[in-house]
Amino acid sequence: MNWVIKMFSSSLGQKFIMALTGLFLCSFLIVHMIGNLQLFKADDGLAFNTYAVFMTTNPLIKLTSYLLYFSILFHAVKGILLVVKNNKARPVKYAVQNGSANSHWTSRSMGILGTIILVFIIVHMKNFWFEYKFGHEIGYTSYYTNLATGETGSKEMSADYTQFNKIEEGMTADEKGQYRLVIVKDLYKAVALQFKEWYLVALYVLCMFAVAFHLYHGFQSAFQTLGLNHSKYNGLIKFLGIWIYSILLPAGFAAMPLFFFFK
Amino acid sequence: MEKNLNLNLKVWRQKNADDKGKFEEYKVNDISTDMSFLEMFDVLNSQLITEDKDPIAFDHDCREGICGSCSMHINGRPHGPKHAVTTCQLHMRSFNDGDTIVVEPWRAAPFPVIKDLVVNRSAFDRIISAGGFISINTGNAQDANAIPIPKDDADEAFAAAACIGCGACVAACKNASAMLFVSAKVSQFALLPQGQPERHQRVSEMVAQMDLEGFGACTNTGACSAECPKGISLTHIARMNRDYIAASFAANEK
Amino acid sequence: MTSKLNSKIPEGNLEQKWTKYRSTVPLVNPANKRSLEIIIVGSGLAGASAAASLAELGYKVKVFCFQDSARRAHSIAAQGGINAAKNYQNDGDSTYRLFYDTIKGGDYRSREANVYRLAEVSTNIIDQSVASGVPFAREYGGLLSNRSFGGTQVQRTFYAAGQTGQQLLLGAYSGLQRQVGTGNVKMYARHEMLDVVTIDGKCRGIIARDLTNGKLERHFGHAVLLCTGGYGNVFFLSTNAMGSNVTAAWKAHKKGAMFANPCFTQIHPTCIPVSGDHQSKLTLMSESLRNDGRIWVPAKKEDALALREGRIKPNDIREEDRDYYLERRYPAFGNLVPRDVASRAAKERCDAGYGVNKTGEAVYLDFAFNTIRYGKIEANKKGINNPTDEQIVAMGKAVVKEKYGNLFDMYEQITGVNPYDQPMMIYPAVHYTMGGLWVDYNLMTNIPGLYALGEANFSDHGANRLGASALMQGLADGYFVIPYTIGAYLSNEIMTKAISTDHEAFVEAEKNVQGTIDRLLSIKGTKTVDYYHKKLGLIIWNQCGMARSEAGLKEAIANVQALREEFWSNVKVPGDANSLNPELEKAGRVADFLELGELMCKDALDREESCGGHFREEHQTEEGEALRNDEDYKYVAAWEYFAGTNWELHKEELIYDNIKIAQRSYK
Repeated sequence: MNWVIKMFSSSLGQKFIMALTGLFLCSFLIVHMIGNLQLFKADDGLAFNTYAVFMTTNPLIKLTSYLLYFSILFHAVKGILLVVKNNKARPVKYAVQNGSANSHWTSRSMGILGTIILVFIIVHMKNFWFEYKFGHEIGYTSYYTNLATGETGSKEMSADYTQFNKIEEGMTADEKGQYRLVIVKDLYKAVALQFKEWYLVALYVLCMFAVAFHLYHGFQSAFQTLGLNHSKYNGLIKFLGIWIYSILLPAGFAAMPLFFFFK
Repeated sequence: MEKNLNLNLKVWRQKNADDKGKFEEYKVNDISTDMSFLEMFDVLNSQLITEDKDPIAFDHDCREGICGSCSMHINGRPHGPKHAVTTCQLHMRSFNDGDTIVVEPWRAAPFPVIKDLVVNRSAFDRIISAGGFISINTGNAQDANAIPIPKDDADEAFAAAACIGCGACVAACKNASAMLFVSAKVSQFALLPQGQPERHQRVSEMVAQMDLEGFGACTNTGACSAECPKGISLTHIARMNRDYIAASFAANEK
Repeated sequence: MTSKLNSKIPEGNLEQKWTKYRSTVPLVNPANKRSLEIIIVGSGLAGASAAASLAELGYKVKVFCFQDSARRAHSIAAQGGINAAKNYQNDGDSTYRLFYDTIKGGDYRSREANVYRLAEVSTNIIDQSVASGVPFAREYGGLLSNRSFGGTQVQRTFYAAGQTGQQLLLGAYSGLQRQVGTGNVKMYARHEMLDVVTIDGKCRGIIARDLTNGKLERHFGHAVLLCTGGYGNVFFLSTNAMGSNVTAAWKAHKKGAMFANPCFTQIHPTCIPVSGDHQSKLTLMSESLRNDGRIWVPAKKEDALALREGRIKPNDIREEDRDYYLERRYPAFGNLVPRDVASRAAKERCDAGYGVNKTGEAVYLDFAFNTIRYGKIEANKKGINNPTDEQIVAMGKAVVKEKYGNLFDMYEQITGVNPYDQPMMIYPAVHYTMGGLWVDYNLMTNIPGLYALGEANFSDHGANRLGASALMQGLADGYFVIPYTIGAYLSNEIMTKAISTDHEAFVEAEKNVQGTIDRLLSIKGTKTVDYYHKKLGLIIWNQCGMARSEAGLKEAIANVQALREEFWSNVKVPGDANSLNPELEKAGRVADFLELGELMCKDALDREESCGGHFREEHQTEEGEALRNDEDYKYVAAWEYFAGTNWELHKEELIYDNIKIAQRSYK
């Protein structure tokens, strides 16, 4: 195993892990986006809340999520350590440095952009992930879907209502027909409420700019670090990096708080 | 057409490695736009000598852009404002009358200042000593045409081998990383059949030496390639990354 | 032949000499090699290749260079290529033909045996370089490409774009660094050799100065190899690097090593013309450009005048009003005549008033003709039936760019003129020195244990070097000659223990070096070192340059002597001796040039003939060609130094058994 330690302690090996974790986080963003698109569904949050339950209970996804937490931590800590090490390689700074003449500012600002994103992730996880998993603020909502018409209605449960599972499903009926009943922890409502706060919305939108700029360089850079640089495919990587990761995804994520703020 | 310029210079002065160093300001007048940047420094130095001041030490030798000696950081860029030229090939027609020009030495922990604008780049030699060669003793070679090499590979190897070892890549990189320099040599030999037997060992040992010297890590800003007087491409860094990964996973050591 | 000069050329047939000699030269066994120390001064092609090869054999090697890295030696700047008698082009090349071309090109002033050996090992150099990863240019089939060079009618020049010297040096340098890594070579960069140390008539070491802190160091060696290049910088303006100097060779000369043929200097025909007083050096445009460029001046004086005054552009001059003077004078070789011939022809036209830039000292090197030719070939390749003129020119330019892009860029960088659209302006400039320390067949000077390799010796190029032969000679000496021939001396030295550097000879030598440094610093005059260097350069260029005359040379000698005297009383060297002091380094070098300059003129005065790069106006044919005097001057002039600046001439007779010497003709 000597070679593993040797490799991962070298400057190239460390960058290699940065690239791998970075790309893994990039792939997560796609999943995260697809799931969160359900926030836009006009069903009072049924789909989103059900999805949230799925994401926190499925064992495979749970396992992946540990990998994700690890990746975030590793990417962040290693990134900070690399910034420190790289700073040491130039103890005396230039009086004049015209970086814009030879490189894009995003590539020179990965550390600061990453730090902004890290702060964002902490706030974001505190607000939603932590509250959802461990907090007591998020209440339950019951959804009833008319099996004949497909219409869905919802009703918040009382504040002191609680249940063992995050989701309880059942059937019920009244004069209008049969209903499928779902009582679930209402993350959707938490989202909707939080995003009525202007400062949080502003923070989210700003942070999505940081994500956009971080990935503008980061996505392509990861491929270069892994040695995947080929004139035939560089165009595609660049295209994906710019359109998916620095435009569509951040714009989509930014649209969510804005959607609820203006809703 | 030829013109004459009056310029203000802010030059880093440092007596020796232990001195703290500081900027000094100088004026030079009637500088022909046909002069090279170093010839402008010759004028300044002869001015300083006449005024009984210490002339500015700077590295230079061939003055035709190939030896890699010259190493000035001019107005925030290694080798100054022009693309793909060394300081000695930078001519004064790239400047305007009345300009203030700030000149600093390369800044990097592995390139300590010896005096004024002269830095010690022997770290590069040690990296080459660690593996930047093909181990073939004199007299062992077979006929030069015995192994055909595809022209594209030969051309690409040449493009990598064009590196002059000036250190502008390190000077330009915000991390003072030597990846472009090291990868140019790794890539040159990786592209040639003669380089294959030692391919994995070479990249491992050169990277280890590079790290030992205290260069920063690569963050793919591309500044190195953009400032390289010989236009060495980032593809060589990618090739080295690839080879390094392959070497780490495939090498026989435990 | 004087008894002091024994060239030690082996007996036997020319073809057999080297093979036989190298099989019989005494050997040193591997165990003894480990205790033999070799000092190598200079890390260019000769030095780096010798260091790598000798260290591989097991000798303990120390390498010194004044640059900050071995890789920066000026061999790096060689552009065009390296010759080798591979006959890959099937155009009739052979060892004999390369040998013959080199002797003829050198105007019959070099040794047959040395040159034949050079031609023989030339092919090994290409093999060795390719094996060590030198990326020479290749054809689409994957095999090596060749180009033609001046003075030959075969294509035998291997090249790597316009950076052949760089690639070869980096190849040799990587071999050297490999040995540094194993500890077999100890590298002393930023060190300048300031004297050789002799004990009982044998060379036993050197005094070197660590340029970063000024400390003088004593180093012992069983043998010392000077691979320190040529002395072209005596002219101040030359294509040499700023630091190129004669100091190492000169110090050896003053310790008794003879200096041979100092007046044989090469003026390269295609350099970027001088643009003003500020100029610190001249830049070569590779000889390979003469493959594809045609050299001309206006046929009418009034056109030349109009060009000089900027009233017309070169492209305004009609074809019939152009004088392609090389093609006119030398139809067989045309633009590919040897360098000395091409340079003189340019000077002749400019002196006659046909020069084209504002100084009147430039001719055109025009690529328009071949741009169009290449464009048409490309059009055919691409199947374009009726290409427009613009298409042809654009495609042709692309071909020219691929071949010479870096040179064209460099030209534009320096002159601010785009050579793709307008013809280049070129003029001859000092480039190489054929003269150097006298060496025997083993490359040893007349001081036992002191060797000279590469441009630093005089041996292979006679009175004029052919293009692409300097790289060949440097690497031949380092890779394939010295590893064998050094055995002849070192096999007798295996009992010599390392001599302590406290030996009085070392102490004395160091004291002298210190004395010179102190003296330079103590003058505190009013003029800079460059002032004297420029003045010296001008004297030598005007009187001992492309054309020399008795009156001019006598005047030059007097002028150099006077200048030297003034230098030693009025030079201003700032700073001190205990830190990096480039002015002090320069002062020491110029002091040596001021002595060498005199010897060059003396040698030129003494040689009452014209041959190769040495053109005495008194000795020319009716057509203005060099007129040799084989009767009286078929010898190597080796000068022995005596205290003050006095010299005694020794002659090594040149014997041609295998070549019929004749008036050189390229018509």
